[in-house]
Amino acid sequence: MKNIKRQLLLFLITVLASLVAVTVVYAQDDQPGYPTDNDVIRVAKQLYCPVCPNTPLDVCETKACQDWRAQIRDQLAQGWTDQQIIDYFVIQYGERVLAEPQRKGFTSLVWFLPLIALLLGIGIVYEVLKNWQKQKPALVTAAPLPQIPDEILKKIEREIQEMD
Amino acid sequence: MLADIGLISLTIAFLFGLYATIASAYGGWRARTDWVESARNAALLVFPLLTIPVIVIVYSLYKFDFSLAYVYDVSSRAMSPFLRVTALWGGQQGSVLFWAWLMAAFVGIVLLRKWERDRELMPWVTFVAMLTTAFFVGVVLFITNPFVRLWHVPGATELTQAFFQPANAMPYLPEDGNGLNPLLRHFGMIGHPPTTYLGFTGFVIPFAFAIAALITGQSRHDEWIITTRRWTLFAWIFLSIGLVLGGRWAYDVLGWGGFWGWDPVENAMLMPWLTGTAFLHSVMMTEKRGMMKRWNMALIILTYSLSLFGTFITRTGVISSVHAFSKTALGPAFFAFIGLTFLGSLTILYLRWDTLKSEHSLESFISREAAFVLQNMLFVAVTFAVFWGTVFPLLSELVTGTKITVGPPYFQRVTGPLFFVLVLLMGVVPLLTWRKHAARSLGKTIWIPFLASLGMTAIWGFAHRMHPGSIFGLWLVTLTLSLILAEFWKGIQARHATRGENFLSALFNLISRNHRRYGGYIIHLGVVLIAMGVIGDAYFKQETQGTVSQGEVLSVGGYQLEFQKLLAYPGSDGREIVEAVLDLSQNGKPIRTLNPRRDYFVVQEQPVTVPGVYSTPGVDVYAMLVGWDSSGSSATFKIYVNSLINWVWIGGFVMILGTLIATWSNPAQREATYVLKREGLTSQA
Repeated sequence: MKNIKRQLLLFLITVLASLVAVTVVYAQDDQPGYPTDNDVIRVAKQLYCPVCPNTPLDVCETKACQDWRAQIRDQLAQGWTDQQIIDYFVIQYGERVLAEPQRKGFTSLVWFLPLIALLLGIGIVYEVLKNWQKQKPALVTAAPLPQIPDEILKKIEREIQEMD
Repeated sequence: MLADIGLISLTIAFLFGLYATIASAYGGWRARTDWVESARNAALLVFPLLTIPVIVIVYSLYKFDFSLAYVYDVSSRAMSPFLRVTALWGGQQGSVLFWAWLMAAFVGIVLLRKWERDRELMPWVTFVAMLTTAFFVGVVLFITNPFVRLWHVPGATELTQAFFQPANAMPYLPEDGNGLNPLLRHFGMIGHPPTTYLGFTGFVIPFAFAIAALITGQSRHDEWIITTRRWTLFAWIFLSIGLVLGGRWAYDVLGWGGFWGWDPVENAMLMPWLTGTAFLHSVMMTEKRGMMKRWNMALIILTYSLSLFGTFITRTGVISSVHAFSKTALGPAFFAFIGLTFLGSLTILYLRWDTLKSEHSLESFISREAAFVLQNMLFVAVTFAVFWGTVFPLLSELVTGTKITVGPPYFQRVTGPLFFVLVLLMGVVPLLTWRKHAARSLGKTIWIPFLASLGMTAIWGFAHRMHPGSIFGLWLVTLTLSLILAEFWKGIQARHATRGENFLSALFNLISRNHRRYGGYIIHLGVVLIAMGVIGDAYFKQETQGTVSQGEVLSVGGYQLEFQKLLAYPGSDGREIVEAVLDLSQNGKPIRTLNPRRDYFVVQEQPVTVPGVYSTPGVDVYAMLVGWDSSGSSATFKIYVNSLINWVWIGGFVMILGTLIATWSNPAQREATYVLKREGLTSQA
C-alpha cells in the first residue's frame, strides 16, 4: 500500500517536472553549460548522503554519492527545479536525506522543544532572581569574627585590595 | 608472552581499582581510617599497574606484533615509528585503555598531593574517582580488550578473536597490518584524542570532590571549589585545545573547507565544554558571593555525565543508528554506568539540598550576580539545544521508525542567537560590579567602546555590504573586543597615573597582580577572535567547482587559479600521490603555486584529499583536487575562499595563553582565600 502511494507520488512529480521542464529549459537556453558543478553543489548541499552516516551529499566521496550527484545534474538538465529534486530524494530515500529537519509531524519537536526550554529557562531565571531579592541572607553576620592572628588578617586585607 | 604480562597486569589493576572503590566507601561510611588508607594504597597502585599494559601495547605496535588483533587493525609496516606509537589511541581498544590510564594518573596525583588538607573529603573522592577508573578498566578488560589475539580455525572463513587458543585453532600471524585509518594521520588527529581525554578525565576530579563534599556535608564551606579550581581550568583548557585541534584536523583533512560540521561526535565534545564553561563561571559566584551552590553541583554533575556521554558517543557509534547500540556490550555498559552515576549524583544532591543555601541575597537585577545567572542559563540552553539535536534522530527512529538527519541548519539557527547574546554578555558583564550597579555608571563606561564599535562597524559594513547579515555579527565582535580592551586600558591608565609606570610595565604588572581577572579577559579575547572566524565562515565563504584543461582558469572571489599540470608519484606511508599544480593569482597578479593532492593509500584502498592552501590572516584560498581524466590533461577542482578562518586558530592560542595566566600560581593569594573560606567567610572583593 505504502509502496503504491510512493510510486504514485513519484509519477506525479515526474509528470509535473516534465511540464515545468519545458518552460525552464526554454528560460535557461541562453545559459551555456547549464547545469554547472556549482548548480549541482547548490542542490547537493541541502541533502545528506542516503547511505553514509552524517555526510552531506555535496562532499561525500563514495561512488554512490558521485552517481547521485550525476543524477542531480541530469535532473537539472531536464529542467527540474531544486525543490523538485529534493522532494524526489525524500520520496526515494526518506526524510533522512534532508539536512534541515522538517517542521511538521513528530520532527517539528526538534525545533520547538529548544524554544520552549529557553522560554522556560528565562522564566526560571526571573523567578530565582526575584526569590533571591526577597530572601534574607543566611550569612552569620552577627557572629563575632573568628580569631585570626593580626598579621594574617592584614595580609588578607592587602591581598583582597590587590585583587580588585 | 609480553601480551600475557599486559593482560595479567590489567586484570590486577581492575581488581585493585574495584577494591579501592569498595574499601574507600566502607572506610568513609564507618569512619575507619585503616580502610581508607588501604584504599588509598590500592588506588595509588592502579596507575603503575595500568602503565604496564600501555607499554606493552605501545611496544607491540612499534614492533609489529600482528598476532594481536588491535595491532593488526591500527598498525602496519609502512607507518612511521611516531605514527605507530600514537596508534595507541588510534582505535577503540587502545583509546579506552589510554582513557583509563590518564584517569588513574590523575587519581594518583590527587591522592599524593591533597591528602593532608582535605582529609575528610578524601575517602569519598577516592570512591568516586576509583569507581570511574574501575569502570573504564573493566570495559577494557571485558568488552574491548586490546590483548585479544587472532586465531585461525580450520574450515572457518573468518578469523577468530580470543585471548586463549580455541579448540583446533592455529595462531594466526599476518604479514602486515591494516594500519591506522589514513584520515587520522595528521597532527590534529594525533593531538586531538589525548587532549580531549585529558579534558574529559580532568573533569572527573572536580566532580569527585563535589560528590565528596555533598556526602560528607562539607559542601557548606565550599572548600572543594578552591581545591579543584585549577583542575577545572586544566580540564577545561584541554577540552578547548581538543576542540580546536579537532577543528583544524577537519579543515585540513576532511576536505569540505570548514572546521565544524555539527557532527554528533563534535557535538559530544562541545556539550561538556559548554557546561564546563558555565561551571567555571558559576563557581566564581560561590567563591565571591556564596551563591549558586546548588547550581554548581548540578553543573559539575552534568559535566561529568556529558564527558562520559561524549566518550560513549564517539566510541559506540550509537548516534548513526540505533542498531550500533547492541552490537557489542560497550553501548549497554556505558549507558548503564552513565544512567546510574547520573541518578545517584542527583539523589545525593537532593538529599543535601538544604545545606546549600545561598549566603547572600540579590540586591539588584543590574549586577554581576544577575548577569551570571543569565549567562549560566544560556550556556545550559545551548547545551540542551545541541543535546536535543544530537539525540533526536535516535528518538525519531525509536518513536516513529523514520530515520531523519539533524544537520547544520538546525544547530546554526537554534544556537546562533544564544551564542550571540553570550558573546555580548562576555563584553558587558565584567564591567558590572557585584551586588548592584548604577545603570548610569554602566552607560558611562560603555559609551566610548560602543561608539568605537559603531565606527568600526560602519567601515566593516561598507566593505561587506553584500552580506548584510554579517554586519550585525561584526558589530558584536567589535563591541566586545573594544569593551575588553577598554578594561585593559583603564587598568594601565590607573597604574600609569598613580605609579608613573610606562605602558609595557603597567600592562605586565596589571596582569601579574591580578592574573585570574586579566587571564580571564585574555581568554575572552580568544573567544572573540574565534567568534570572528566563525562569522567569516558563516557569511563570507565563497566556493566554486569546475573542470579545466591545462592552461584554463577557475575564478572565485577575485582569485584566479590556472591549471598547469598533474604529477603522479609514490609517497611515504604506502601511498600513491596525484598532485596538481595550480598558479594562484589575484586580479592578474601572481601570488604562488598551490598543490592540492589526492593521496591513495593502497593497502586501505582509501583516498585522502590534501588541499592546497594559501593562508593569510584575512583570507584562505583552499583548493581541492576532486578528479582528473586519465591523460592528465584536464582536472576538476573545488575552490573555497574562506575569510577570517585563521582567527579561529589564533583565538585558540590566545585562550591557552589566558588560561596559563589565570592558573599561574600565586601561593600567598591562594592561602589567603583558603583561610577566609575555612573560617566561613566569603571575600567581598
